Amino acid sequence: MVDRIVTGAHYGLRDWLAQRITALVVAAYAILFVGAVLVCSPDSHADWQAMFAPLWMRLASFVFFFSLFWHAWIGMRDIFMDYVKSAAARLSLQVLTIVLLVAYMAWAAQILWSM
Amino acid sequence: MNFKIYRFDTDKDAQPYMQDYDIELQPTDRMLLDALERIKALDDSLSLRRSCREGVCGSDAMNINGKNGLACITKLADLKSPVELRPLPGLPVIRDLVVDMSQFFKQYHSVTPYLVNDEPVPERERLQSPQDRDQLDGLYECILCACCSTACPSFWWNPDKFVGPAGLLQAYRFLADSRDEATSERLDNLEDPYRLFRCHSIMNCVDVCPKGLNPTKAIGKIRDMLVRRTV
Repeated sequence: MVDRIVTGAHYGLRDWLAQRITALVVAAYAILFVGAVLVCSPDSHADWQAMFAPLWMRLASFVFFFSLFWHAWIGMRDIFMDYVKSAAARLSLQVLTIVLLVAYMAWAAQILWSM
Repeated sequence: MNFKIYRFDTDKDAQPYMQDYDIELQPTDRMLLDALERIKALDDSLSLRRSCREGVCGSDAMNINGKNGLACITKLADLKSPVELRPLPGLPVIRDLVVDMSQFFKQYHSVTPYLVNDEPVPERERLQSPQDRDQLDGLYECILCACCSTACPSFWWNPDKFVGPAGLLQAYRFLADSRDEATSERLDNLEDPYRLFRCHSIMNCVDVCPKGLNPTKAIGKIRDMLVRRTV
């Protein structure tokens, strides 16, 4: 195989934009969460369950986790692109990250809807 | 005044080393380049680039006390002694303070740094309104000294793939030019996870630019154009 510098993947904007938008979603949820804790002031397991009982709170939390994991994916991929030079190692690490984040997402959903 | 200067002759030295110079400054020695010329008179084996000696040619860019800058417009009075001088970081050293800038210029050439306009050439000149001309301020002044790109960690990690702040500033200089007709091709060329999006806006480039330019702002404007083209 020839060893040439290969660039020109012609993507990147969508990820860059998604990183900003998911950060805004995470920030908005952080405010919502602090507000909910102040209003409900939960101090028992039952209080916490009650706080997460409404469907909108579960959906908001689900969207938050989705945004957080999408944001983490872009950040991790950036780190791999900066520091990992071997394409094979980079691809392996990227696949591992995706698998882990998808598993975390399923786990988060399971926790949210089994409370 | 005391100087510690990076020395490396690839023909003779196995390892680079720092050499001490203690020189008596004269009242006329105002800038760092004046002192370097005095050192060069004492030790002609020291290699460095210099030309215009007034911050226009960009030849004498070097790492001065840990920060990139031009020796000719860096005031000696502002420097802490001993003054530590190293070559620009991240580029291969040819000898002492002289670096190989091929990679830097390759990235600069990759952004088509000239006007693209296939319209018939007018009899006198391609006119611009004063407002259109104003768009080029803060962009055209770049002297390609490489202080910014060699202060950028993204350029250190991926100099072969990331255009770097200097190249991207010039890319925007032509995107912002009302006489240029290759906007779409220029944006296509930059919409790439490495070429443009390795910039993480840490603004080292803005911090070191000896001409006071702002490549981060120009990169932000390229991103704005890409977003407007997409959404």
